[in-house]
Amino acid sequence: MTDKVSVSFTVNGESKTARVWPMARLLDVLREELQLTGTKEGCGEGECGACSVIVDGELVNSCLIPAAQIAGASVTTIEGVTAGADGERLNAVQQSFIEHGGAQCGICTPGMVLAAVSLLEKIPQPTEADIRNGLAGNLCRCTGYMKIFDSVVKACQ
Amino acid sequence: MSEVHVGQSIFRKEGTDKVTGRARYVDDLTFPDMLHGVTVRSPIARGRLRGVQFGDGIPWHEFTIVTAQDIKDIPGANCVALILEDQPYLAHETINHPEEPILLLAHKDKYLLEEARRAITFEIEPLPAIFSIEDSLNQTETIWGEDNTFKTFLIEKGYVDAAWAQADFIVEGEYETGAQEQLYIEPNGMIAIANPTDGVTVWGSMQCPYYVHKALIKLFDLSPEKVRVVQAVTGGGFGGKEEYPSMIAGHAALLAWKAGKPVKLIYDRAEDMAATTKRHPSKTRIRTAVGKDGKLLATEIDFTIDGGAYATLSSVVLSRGTIHAAGPYNWPNVRVRSRAVATNHPPHGAFRGFGAPQSIFAMERHLNKVAQTVGLSPEELRRRNFLKSGETTSTGQVINEKIDLDSLLTRALKLSDYHVKKKRFAEFNATSAIEKKGIGFATFMHGAGFTGSGEVYLSSVVGIEATETGNVRVLTSNTEIGQGSFTIFSQIAADALGITLDQIEIAQPDTANVPNSGPTVASRTTMIVGKLVESAALGLRQTLVNSGLLGERYSAAEFAEACRQHIAKYGELKSFSKYEPPPGVHWDDEKYQGEAYGAYAWAVYVAEVTVDLTTYETRVDDFIALQEVGKVINPVLAAGQIEGGVAQAIGYALYEHVVWREGRMVNNQMTNYIMPTSADVPPIRVYFEELPYAYGPSGAKGIGELPMDGPAPAILNAIEDAIGQPSIQTFLGQIPLMPETLMKAMTAGGGND
Repeated sequence: MTDKVSVSFTVNGESKTARVWPMARLLDVLREELQLTGTKEGCGEGECGACSVIVDGELVNSCLIPAAQIAGASVTTIEGVTAGADGERLNAVQQSFIEHGGAQCGICTPGMVLAAVSLLEKIPQPTEADIRNGLAGNLCRCTGYMKIFDSVVKACQ
Repeated sequence: MSEVHVGQSIFRKEGTDKVTGRARYVDDLTFPDMLHGVTVRSPIARGRLRGVQFGDGIPWHEFTIVTAQDIKDIPGANCVALILEDQPYLAHETINHPEEPILLLAHKDKYLLEEARRAITFEIEPLPAIFSIEDSLNQTETIWGEDNTFKTFLIEKGYVDAAWAQADFIVEGEYETGAQEQLYIEPNGMIAIANPTDGVTVWGSMQCPYYVHKALIKLFDLSPEKVRVVQAVTGGGFGGKEEYPSMIAGHAALLAWKAGKPVKLIYDRAEDMAATTKRHPSKTRIRTAVGKDGKLLATEIDFTIDGGAYATLSSVVLSRGTIHAAGPYNWPNVRVRSRAVATNHPPHGAFRGFGAPQSIFAMERHLNKVAQTVGLSPEELRRRNFLKSGETTSTGQVINEKIDLDSLLTRALKLSDYHVKKKRFAEFNATSAIEKKGIGFATFMHGAGFTGSGEVYLSSVVGIEATETGNVRVLTSNTEIGQGSFTIFSQIAADALGITLDQIEIAQPDTANVPNSGPTVASRTTMIVGKLVESAALGLRQTLVNSGLLGERYSAAEFAEACRQHIAKYGELKSFSKYEPPPGVHWDDEKYQGEAYGAYAWAVYVAEVTVDLTTYETRVDDFIALQEVGKVINPVLAAGQIEGGVAQAIGYALYEHVVWREGRMVNNQMTNYIMPTSADVPPIRVYFEELPYAYGPSGAKGIGELPMDGPAPAILNAIEDAIGQPSIQTFLGQIPLMPETLMKAMTAGGGND
């Protein structure tokens, strides 16, 4: 049986080293080793996007990433999107989700916010089709997506 | 009372916690020395349990292991208390459905726990099982009670049997709906601490803390104060966290009781989909007598739902489906016979709409068939038969609301540009070989609150207490599960007291701190519980006024000061309000006659579709949802409820196909059970009409379930329009309508009646 390994990477701008099984999921490393519980597990098979994080600028499902693969990488979670000394400053996307009904039960919201942040970094003024495609890997069962689209559009204004 | 906050799109109260990821769901909680738990389940549908094999290579002595025998060793009873007491927490001798819980395991290492689960095998002597409504009705096997029947209802209005002879047309049809998975994005989960000294405490994902409370009292035979149930932030429910959390809480508590340590029991997605409740599959037969003028003379509806292996909530689901079956039409003569039957599927349960989407689908498809038979448009047939103020429903309830469905339909058709599009699509379809476009609608109503005398039995209580800082705290057992209940309660309380929103706190539902204001189900939270919040708030204000600490007119700051002074002088300040039925409400449980619901929401939904005759996929291009719901307390939250419900119902109509094999869901993954994504949904355009309901808070009625009812029939009515078949075909009487079904029916020339 393989032993645990040390993996060093950056999370939300801070250097971290974790002792983990090489095939441990990034999702579990974040939630259980680093207590970053804002990243959620919805399906564990890369379908729902609730566990979305940004790794080296790309939106990924953290349930599909083995820990060994993130050595040296830079990871942004929902905790890193909220700025300020104790995370008191909301990102424009987060603020817009509050104002325009983008969050309901909230379980998909951290992943959805990261998907929107990632989309807007690539396409600052997205069309409706860009938004629909950009968020298509993140499932929401509450909103029917209308208020999420609205939140993303308003976040760019 | 002035409406300062009611009617405004106030931001969600817990919004910041949710967008920052700080909201703590059950899986985000940990306790010192906590173990993880798993449920080991039956691989087969029916049989006799003969033994358990514990495989090699697992250090079993490290595990806490619980079987039905352990429940015999504690004072309580091995049944999940709900309505009937037929469902065990753990199967002992007989297995009645696939995935039935048999054994529980706990260990601190969740990876080893998973290996251990796989190392357990059961010796089960198989028994023949039944999986269809037909086999259950025919008693191919008798698997429950004397005749496989959980419940039957009969509604009679007028003289149906006399109507057939006077009919110019008699129209018959058969309709079927499939199971549907709630698919909340947060899977079910519970954490328990339990021991004989302190009793049982659970934290978890749930809709109804007092249902769980009742179940744990029965399981452990404890006094009510020895059982504490706390709702963690809950990631969606839709009915799927109404009854099943009682099972999971019991399992977590049994493990914790035996281990003497906290136990966390979280389902993974595959387990949640395969083992927990889904929407009841249904079959409906309708026979209708019509005059040549298009007047509906009589209908006879036969409605059957598949309840699965145990009774759970099937009788209540059946009740709502039965009462809604005749739709918003003025039938002089109606007979509805209905039954919930047992099969060896895992028990079906609550899902938004609760029986009504099934029976409404049947009626709204059937009326299009009636219209074609009579030679009227679907629109004209409905206009000639809409229920009007002063007329009676199938249960004899006189409609007192000033609803005008004729105008509602006119407005919905105008908003959707229905007539122009219908003509344009007909022209388009004449020259388009591959793509066919269509437009269709459904008209329907949905009763808010518990059915009949249900609210009287519940006797809900809401409290409001002043805090030492001068705020007030709302005490209800109603959960925030995404629908916005905490925000709505804040708006109602702030306006009742004439204070600001930040002076209102909402207690997290915890049976140690909040009274039983009933379950968070049945579109009742705003209308019924919100009204109790309003009256409890008014009571608190009156106490302050009577004490002389508060004048008749006051500022928010003066109110806070009065609260502080009252507490300093007299100690705790609480006001409670208990449910009283509106005057003139009578319900006969035997005859199923009377005021079935305090109020109804009324709606017309219009769907526009394109059917691709290469792939046989249907795309919904546009969707109009117009509804009369009384006063809208929060427009953004209300529209969000409707949009979400419509999207779920689009899935119900077109995508969400539960594939069964020997009673087990085999596509129990998000990979192959498909719900709508952001790329699939049409623009969902929501409009409200507001006729204030005298007994709702500020005139509000319930809306939570309503949007689940109309989309499926509207979409199938639109598909019928698109493919231009001269008569309604059998395959258009079934949902989900999968592309393969459509292809088979349209290419083989099959499917005609």
